Amino acid sequence: MNTKKELQVSAIENGTVIDHIPAEYLFQVITILGLDKSKNSVTFGNNLESKLLGKKAIIKISDKFFEDEEINKISLIAPHAKLNIIRDYKVAEKKIVESPEKVIGIAKCMNPKCITNVEAVTTRFKVINNSPITLKCHYCEKITDHKNIEIV
Amino acid sequence: MDNKSLVSIDDYTKEEILEVLARAAEFEKNPNCSLLEGKVVASLFFEPSTRTRLSFETAISRMGGRIVGFTDSSSSSVTKGETLKDTTKMVSNYCDLIVMRHPIEGSARYASEVSDVPVINAGDGANQHPSQTMLDLYSIMKTQGTLENLNIFMVGDLKYGRTVHSLLMALSHFNPTFHFIAPPELEIPRGYKIFMEKNNIKYFEHTEFNDIINDADILYMTRVQKERFADPLEYEKVKNVYILKNDMLSNTKDNMRILHPLPRVNEIAVDVDTNPKAYYFEQALNGVYARQAIIAKALNL
Ligand SMILES: [Zn+2]
Repeated sequence: MNTKKELQVSAIENGTVIDHIPAEYLFQVITILGLDKSKNSVTFGNNLESKLLGKKAIIKISDKFFEDEEINKISLIAPHAKLNIIRDYKVAEKKIVESPEKVIGIAKCMNPKCITNVEAVTTRFKVINNSPITLKCHYCEKITDHKNIEIV
Repeated sequence: MDNKSLVSIDDYTKEEILEVLARAAEFEKNPNCSLLEGKVVASLFFEPSTRTRLSFETAISRMGGRIVGFTDSSSSSVTKGETLKDTTKMVSNYCDLIVMRHPIEGSARYASEVSDVPVINAGDGANQHPSQTMLDLYSIMKTQGTLENLNIFMVGDLKYGRTVHSLLMALSHFNPTFHFIAPPELEIPRGYKIFMEKNNIKYFEHTEFNDIINDADILYMTRVQKERFADPLEYEKVKNVYILKNDMLSNTKDNMRILHPLPRVNEIAVDVDTNPKAYYFEQALNGVYARQAIIAKALNL
């Protein structure tokens, strides 16, 4: 780990740093994680250089440790995101956000004629492609692609 | 949830497809039986489809079952705003099996999850219509003696035609060679091409409808519908290109048969009807036997 990276992720005492968020999805990630309503101290940087993504965003949240279910939600729009769990200014743990095999109750089906958009049905998708993430609806069997993923 | 339900053709394995087709052949020999005696089948048609409904209800009647239900949702509590969930739960208390037609996609899968009895999908919007696929397969099996290694030609609207897509998926178990004949606007969707490439299924695409059909074992015709075209001029250009006429059949193989899910508009000229290769009317009758076999499997009879 180089010094620069160390500085980027070590600026909080305890909490989580989410790195490698595609720049265009920063605000969606904030919304999905409910950080706009969070009482925790949240800082973010956007349009940082990234070899992987071109432009990336980073979010740092103090005193917040995510459940797997919450991480699952991020993976839909930020499949390459990495989590650094910070304790006492040090990276205590790293997590890679991996696409789940199934997505339940998180995303909306893009087919307006789907039963999940007509009646109160929990959405269920199979992840048929990881990058870009592509979902197949368990009910109407239509594809919801990366660009059309809307979070419930 | 009941795994005996038939919602999508993918719910059947290759072995189950063959098992149900063999059963259909038995029902063809002896259509009348009392397998459904004492049983009540709910026939829930949330949108009208006389052809499919009569076929299912004939199948049920020939097996000695009783039918309850409705023929379109305007005569049911659905118009009072009852949810599909509530209707399904209520009906599943009364009956042993539900046959359901619904305009909303995914409705049959959802109903199969909330119902205590098996659900047979008789069409959910543009999504699935597996009993049509089973009768198509039965017709192919009957006329060709096998489902393996056939040259299948599909003509017309290959983009929106759900019967085409389901038949493609079902036949993919049997090493077919597909030929798709369609205008570029109605070509087979990319997702299906990717599926075929992944599974090493040979396919060819054509825009001309000519003597390439001489190689066909099965010629599966579909309607080209005006409402599918954004530009009416485009429809005018292609509407007469994909019409099958009797003189196109003179050099086709002796075993070749013409299928069509019906109803047709003008895509098969009337002079084809008397050609021994025309099979679409028998195909419709096969639907009753295929549906009897599907019902028997759903109820483990
Ligand atoms: Zn859907």
